[in-house]
Amino acid sequence: MTHTLNRPDFDLIAAWIEPGHKVLDLGCGDGTLLKHLIDTRGVQGWGVEIEHANILAAIKNGINVIQGNLEKGLDEFADQAFDHVVLSRTLQTVSHTEGILQEMLRVGREAVVSFPNFAYWKNLRSVLDGRMPVSEDLPYQWYDSPNVRFFTLLDFEALCRQMGLIIRERSVLDEAGNRVEATDDKELNFLGSLAVYRLTRAR
Amino acid sequence: MSGHSVGAVHSQRAHFDQALHLRSGGVLPAYDLVYETYGTLNAARSNAILVCHALSGHHHVAGHYTDQPENVGWWDNIVGPGRPLDTDRFFIVGVNNLGGCHGSTGPSSLNPATGKPWGADFPIVAVNDWVHAQARLADLLGIDTWAAVMGGSLGGMQALRWSITFPERVRNAIVIAAAPKLSAQNIAFNDVARQAILTDPDFHGGNYYEHNTRPVRGLRLARMLGHITYLSDDQMGEKFGRELRNGSFGFDFDVEFEVESYLRYQGDKFAGYFDANTYLLMTKALDYFDPSREDDGDLVRTMARTKANFLIASFTTDWRFTPARSKEIVAALLANGRNVSYAEIDLNFGHDSFLMEDAHYHGVVDAYLRNIKL
Repeated sequence: MTHTLNRPDFDLIAAWIEPGHKVLDLGCGDGTLLKHLIDTRGVQGWGVEIEHANILAAIKNGINVIQGNLEKGLDEFADQAFDHVVLSRTLQTVSHTEGILQEMLRVGREAVVSFPNFAYWKNLRSVLDGRMPVSEDLPYQWYDSPNVRFFTLLDFEALCRQMGLIIRERSVLDEAGNRVEATDDKELNFLGSLAVYRLTRAR
Repeated sequence: MSGHSVGAVHSQRAHFDQALHLRSGGVLPAYDLVYETYGTLNAARSNAILVCHALSGHHHVAGHYTDQPENVGWWDNIVGPGRPLDTDRFFIVGVNNLGGCHGSTGPSSLNPATGKPWGADFPIVAVNDWVHAQARLADLLGIDTWAAVMGGSLGGMQALRWSITFPERVRNAIVIAAAPKLSAQNIAFNDVARQAILTDPDFHGGNYYEHNTRPVRGLRLARMLGHITYLSDDQMGEKFGRELRNGSFGFDFDVEFEVESYLRYQGDKFAGYFDANTYLLMTKALDYFDPSREDDGDLVRTMARTKANFLIASFTTDWRFTPARSKEIVAALLANGRNVSYAEIDLNFGHDSFLMEDAHYHGVVDAYLRNIKL
């Protein structure tokens, strides 16, 4: 997953992170988010990436980056080594969904997860019209998509409950990156294109 | 990768009169180190990079000698103007380690106490002894802190050891195709190599110089064995397969398969110039290397002493020091919150990949070094 500049979820994530915190960004791309967090929040950051080109790009950006495969867990990281573990727009590309969420909260105090919401009304309309959705937050064609898991806000929250994860905060954005307000969760699920969650675990 | 060679270079010699007390308990009362430098040390003395050599390497890292244009340094492809170890920006130092056979004091040097070659009397040297000797060379050159210490394989272990022994003197450590300590399998290979040398009738207990002979057969076998461990199975398959030199089986023990021809050639070439006692010493230095031994085997505690930033790199086809071995170092650094990047490079040349020219591999080293503030 490649990060682009000024992604709306970046500022949200930055606001949840205290200066000086230790941050691990999983699927960090070229390190843009970490660089943003280092520059704006003075964090100490490390990224994990699988792609060779992104490893090179992150090192060029002066970011600590560890080459590794998220599907294989986070063995090289110790328990509770980080204040925040970020998984930005990557959860839908990982097969071992529960495994990676467990690992995030093993190595980190808090997990920050953002993902595209497949129940966003435009996505639903696209499917009703007979085509898989392609949008700002789902920019791929079905045949070249890295996404392997298709889920909604409500699906994700059900999984969190099942796994005993605590949702500390939730922000839902529309395609333009503006925060969506709604009267209930079902409406939010319908109006939101991108969801950002701050998770922790009872300890 | 763009850039070019540093061109003509020359080696220098430094003599040290201050005794060096070695990990083995031995003492070198005085010693010489031969070294080469490329580029210019800046006024702040902040741009020096030490390149440490591996088992069979030496101080001639890059460039060529005016009178031997074919004698090109062993890591020439990464050093020079516009190359990752950019001599327009950095001052590069290569040094032949103690115990070596390329000019620094070693078993083939004259022992001043006897007037004869050291031979079997040369003390066992450890990686940490090399680091201490290199530190004295740094003092001599006026280098308080290295911008980076780097190396591949046994050279990478020296870079790691530098970061532990002299944390204040290393700003960056670049550790490539290395391991925090050898595995039983690694030691086993080394011991077979040593046995080949030690059981050669021409070894004479290490004092073969006096007998005007050399344990060429043993050294040749040691190198052939070592060479197999430097290459990947895939690469050997691609390069040699089951090709026969004469197209059909000879049903005898002459050279038949191309891979035999290659290994014998490599063995002969190496045995022709390398010193068997040096080979023994280098393999022992590898076997003994284990900085965590000072911390009851806890590498996390060992790496807590470091202050440098780290670039760790491994190669997917390296089965001598696999990526998993490099990741042990990475994990110990992460546990201490050190700045570290780790690249697992997809190259087909096994352990020897670290010497190869590859755009991604060199790009990673280049990108890392360009971000170093001088």
